[in-house]
Amino acid sequence: MTRALALVLVALIVALFALSLLIGPAGLSPATSLAALIRGEGLAETLVMREIRLPRAILAAIIGAALGLAGAAMQGYLRNPLAEPGLLGVSGSAALGAVIALQTGFAAQFALGLPFAALIGAVLAVGLIIALAGPRGGALTLILAGIAVSALAGAFTALVLNLSPNPFAASEIMFWMMGSLADRSMTHVWLAAPFIVLGAVVLLAQGRAFDALTLGEDSAASLGVNLSRLRLMLVLAVASMVGAATAVAGAVGFVGLVVPHILRPFVRARPSSLLWASALGGAVLVLAADIAVRVVLPDRDLKLGVLTAIVGAPLFLHLVFKTRGQAL
Amino acid sequence: MQISAPLAEHSTLAFRRASKALAAALALWAGAAAAGPPERVVSINLCTDQLAMLLAEPGQLVSISRISHDPNVSVMLDEALGYPVNHGQAEEVFRLSPDLVLAGQFTSSYTVGLLRRLGVEVVQLPIIHALDDIPGAIREVGRLLGREDRADTVAAQFEHDLAALRADLDTRPRAALHYANNYTSGDKSLANDILTAAGFANIALEAGLSGGGTLPMERLVMLMPDLIISGQQYPGASRSEAVLTHPAMNALRDRHAGSALSDAEWVCGTPAVLRAIARLQEAGQ
Repeated sequence: MTRALALVLVALIVALFALSLLIGPAGLSPATSLAALIRGEGLAETLVMREIRLPRAILAAIIGAALGLAGAAMQGYLRNPLAEPGLLGVSGSAALGAVIALQTGFAAQFALGLPFAALIGAVLAVGLIIALAGPRGGALTLILAGIAVSALAGAFTALVLNLSPNPFAASEIMFWMMGSLADRSMTHVWLAAPFIVLGAVVLLAQGRAFDALTLGEDSAASLGVNLSRLRLMLVLAVASMVGAATAVAGAVGFVGLVVPHILRPFVRARPSSLLWASALGGAVLVLAADIAVRVVLPDRDLKLGVLTAIVGAPLFLHLVFKTRGQAL
Repeated sequence: MQISAPLAEHSTLAFRRASKALAAALALWAGAAAAGPPERVVSINLCTDQLAMLLAEPGQLVSISRISHDPNVSVMLDEALGYPVNHGQAEEVFRLSPDLVLAGQFTSSYTVGLLRRLGVEVVQLPIIHALDDIPGAIREVGRLLGREDRADTVAAQFEHDLAALRADLDTRPRAALHYANNYTSGDKSLANDILTAAGFANIALEAGLSGGGTLPMERLVMLMPDLIISGQQYPGASRSEAVLTHPAMNALRDRHAGSALSDAEWVCGTPAVLRAIARLQEAGQ
């Protein structure tokens, strides 16, 4: 069953990736697009395909994978279906780190300054959340801590952008809070990809530990799981992935909530399978959302986070309703 | 007079309104006539700052807007540094006790309304969308300042210089105006007029844009302009300006198109646009 799921998800990614490459205001035919992308026929067509559409599709896939995987990992560790990087303020804090790096010039001075600063912001947020909620913390503590961190990070992001000497900066609060992939480039792929791949490798290697953790911490420890090491790995890996994703695309919320929730029944709630499945599912969701923003409002830069919130917020409310009796 | 009651009431009301307006206008005219040219002029808009600095008598202009001290957008920085600045807020402008305030068409209506309620005369000058409107604007500001002769000289010089610069070509290289957020200017814009006067054709017209609007980068690249005129970048960073140095645009500049910069000289309808046209002609050659 998990094998079938993997095949379906990979097929969806391939189809949506191809669709993402074929959609755009330039109105190129599929044959022209392919010729330009693969063989580099025509200067304008090649630039459109290789410099504008390809990075957008790649970013949608890897950022979606990062957010889906980060959500599944946080839910597995905290054993709480409400945990999600966006809701818990991890994305917001990463955005704050990125904005500070951009406005102080740190991002321009070091090649990896931007994702690194976002990573620092994300580490502080994940660390704080995990320390506050702990592995046994209730849903209420978790969500309240998340609200506080989100609000603080959002306020400081607005402050930094308002203080910027750049007349455009203040109007970009929306981008940092909602996320968008419009007009990103291969530079951004190279900035984000290493951090995302590194985080994903670390997290996927912890699959067995996450499985053991479903039996409870004591049983997991008796099975040889080093809990403090797992926690450290989780904090660094989630921060690395969410930080890099947010640094180039802004804070896209709810992906890490929706994807594990939908896929959990298909992997019989096994955390180790849910990790890779959520990575694939996240890529599917963000690729689809990024195609939708271009189809629904082609002339406006509709933000990705608007679509993911429309899907994710009702589900979140549903989960709150369901967990009401248990943990709170 | 035989008219029905409601109509009579209506016409009385209209008459009262009309007479009130007339009285106000007369008072204004009388005040202006009695006072002569304004002695304390405050400008709260970048473009009116420049026209006022060009035309005012020494001592007549007492304050200009803060933006005129910003080297990124001010073409008359040296002159501007000789004037104290204001931040365009009603309270500080009122304290300068001006007898004339020059503002832009889109200056905050709250500021303008408040100043007018306080009895300050505020004139809002329209944004200039064409080169041919510049002499009229110069003369208008000259009239407001009581400096008609100086305005006539400046306007005539501008008309003469513009006529000498204007390119009349059969084949025009195609240029793209590329600003932050992929914004561009179509016809009925000063930028389009500058570009046309310098001998270029604006690709925004091929894309069917009128006035201003966004032209997605994909479409701009597909139109393959011969010249890319980029908007200037401000200090600090912004995602909006990132499109100006997007790898696709850089590659287009490297492999096909020439490049030029749209800077402070493009912003306002003043004689400074002549320098923009001349520079653009050099870029085209």
